[in-house]
Amino acid sequence: MKRLLTSASLLVALAMPGFAEGTKIGVITTLSGPAGYLGEQIRNGLDLGLKASGASYELIVEDDGRDPNTGVQIADRMLNEEGIKLLTGIVFSNVSGAVVPETLDAGAIYVSPNAAPSPLAGEKCHPNYFVVSWQNDSLHEASGAAAKKLGYTTAVALAPNYQAGKDAIAGFAREFGGEVTEIYTGVEQSDFAGEMAQIRDKAPQVVFQFHPGGQGIAFLKQYQQAGLLGTVPMVLSEPSYDAVILKAVGPAAVGITGTTHWNDDFDNEASKAMVAAWATAFPETPLTTYGQQAYDTGLLIGSALNKAGGDGDVAALQAAIKAAEFTSTRGSFAFGPNQHPVQDWYLTAIEADAAGNPKIVTKEKIREAVGDVYAANCKM
Amino acid sequence: MILLIEQLLNGLQYGVTLFLLAAGLTLIFGIMGVINLAHGALYMVGAFAATWVAIQTGSFWAGLVSGLLASAIAGIVVELGVMRRLYARDHLDQVLATFALILIFNQSTVLIFGRQPLFTSVPEIFAGSVQILPGLPYPTYRLFVIAVGLAVAVGLYLLINKTRIGMLVRAGASNRQMVRALGVNIQGLYTAVFALGALLAGLAGVMASPIVSVQVGMGDEIILATFVVVVIGGVGSVKGAFVAAILLGMFDTMLRAFLPRMLQEIMPGPEAQALGVGLSSMGIYLMMALVLLVRPRGLFAAHG
Repeated sequence: MKRLLTSASLLVALAMPGFAEGTKIGVITTLSGPAGYLGEQIRNGLDLGLKASGASYELIVEDDGRDPNTGVQIADRMLNEEGIKLLTGIVFSNVSGAVVPETLDAGAIYVSPNAAPSPLAGEKCHPNYFVVSWQNDSLHEASGAAAKKLGYTTAVALAPNYQAGKDAIAGFAREFGGEVTEIYTGVEQSDFAGEMAQIRDKAPQVVFQFHPGGQGIAFLKQYQQAGLLGTVPMVLSEPSYDAVILKAVGPAAVGITGTTHWNDDFDNEASKAMVAAWATAFPETPLTTYGQQAYDTGLLIGSALNKAGGDGDVAALQAAIKAAEFTSTRGSFAFGPNQHPVQDWYLTAIEADAAGNPKIVTKEKIREAVGDVYAANCKM
Repeated sequence: MILLIEQLLNGLQYGVTLFLLAAGLTLIFGIMGVINLAHGALYMVGAFAATWVAIQTGSFWAGLVSGLLASAIAGIVVELGVMRRLYARDHLDQVLATFALILIFNQSTVLIFGRQPLFTSVPEIFAGSVQILPGLPYPTYRLFVIAVGLAVAVGLYLLINKTRIGMLVRAGASNRQMVRALGVNIQGLYTAVFALGALLAGLAGVMASPIVSVQVGMGDEIILATFVVVVIGGVGSVKGAFVAAILLGMFDTMLRAFLPRMLQEIMPGPEAQALGVGLSSMGIYLMMALVLLVRPRGLFAAHG
């Protein structure tokens, strides 16, 4: 009985805020299933970024399995039972579309390291909702701009049939301006033979496709196997050709044009420090933009925690995040009126390195200091 | 016209992959009366083993053999360790236990291989494409998959209809108790059938591995369609599984390829796309509902 009491009081003591290591940060992310490596990148990037900021923190990581219902359940537990005031980590827009409103209703703050669906960027913008990555559309507007700059006028655009897929095709078409044939694929589809046949039939000048994670690997492999890689050029946004996808696809990816807001060859101190820290911590896994965005998110949250002294005063923490006093690994970074980033976009080429493996090489800046089209609808 | 032929081939290829999975599932379901949700996990085991060995040795064929071995061994271990305890229990217990197996297989794969997808190339002789018709190059590897699937179908037909073990399998599928009463070593038969089913699932995984990305959870995506095939074909019938798999593969591919386009003729672009994609992902389930309405036991029910 005595021992039971001792261990019970020990448990209570551990649960007391005073005993905690640092501010608890809830990380809801996708760690299982085909897109599991995206969540892994985000979790690791957050941890490295927060470490670099010198803040005192503790990450509570949970897997949402890419399922909005699971995401909401986890958020509910974190917000109401564990008293966490700051959430982050979501990979997919369908999950964030469900979890973010829940978080904001509870008076907590959400900082997105990735997903930024259009509904939350415009009229539904919120003082406690921040996005460090990009707004979904602007990610793909860069690809539209690149395809236009390369002189193409007809395109086939493919994306999975969910919010981020719709945002992708809308964003691409907006800046491309030419004739776009839209094809929506299944969210869990892994065989794209039917789509390959349709592309061949349409014979466009350029193909744009948005398939993050394992889907992107399958798509590129099958594009090559169908003999389309040499004949119809492809322009991609960063999630469709991340370092992991390229490593998996191999030399077949050489020659593809991409657009990105960050690449590992960026010549600034913050980026170099991050690349070095990642290579030491995770030598087996290449750093992708997911990891980079999460690292920036970690830097931002860390700077705000340092300034506000933890999450005791949520308003002070919110103001400190809004101030965005951190040095981004992408060079220029600022929050627009809807607290989504205003940043530069770059054209990249996929070239063969000495061993013949594909590597991403930054070419030129194609868009400078752009926010997103929904910011105008945001009244805060 | 060329598009139609290409889509028919795609449908056929999807169909034979479904058949490889469904043949094992329907036998296990029909003979042992066990709902094995973890059948997709065996598909994943085959794909991972084959890809890993192919990466290590640089040979697709070494990968093929190891993939088949690994999935068959996994099947035997699952049968001896878990399934055996489930035969006498009701379907809910079986669903629960085999669902747990999915989670165990998935997480073990994460522990061993990590979350990064694996990748192999198609074997050298099947790289590139064949000009089937002028203007229609088709990937050689996909033709190889179709050929393997059809060969397995013929092999299974011979095994089940012309051999002694096949006779026991057929007897077991139509009346389990009677086979046992006649003194057949039913335990041995169960293990053999389960291993065969696992081997076929592994083969499907090996065949798919150079096409799709080999990743944790890959089996969970295809197993739903496989269950639909089993139900449409009739539980326990390999012939039914074959007919239903080819039908469903074709139907699903055709719907996805042509429905959005046809809808675009009568309504504006994005809505037609959304509706088309939605309807075509429902297609196979509608087909199942229709078949069950007309033939509640499936097309070729094995049970008397």
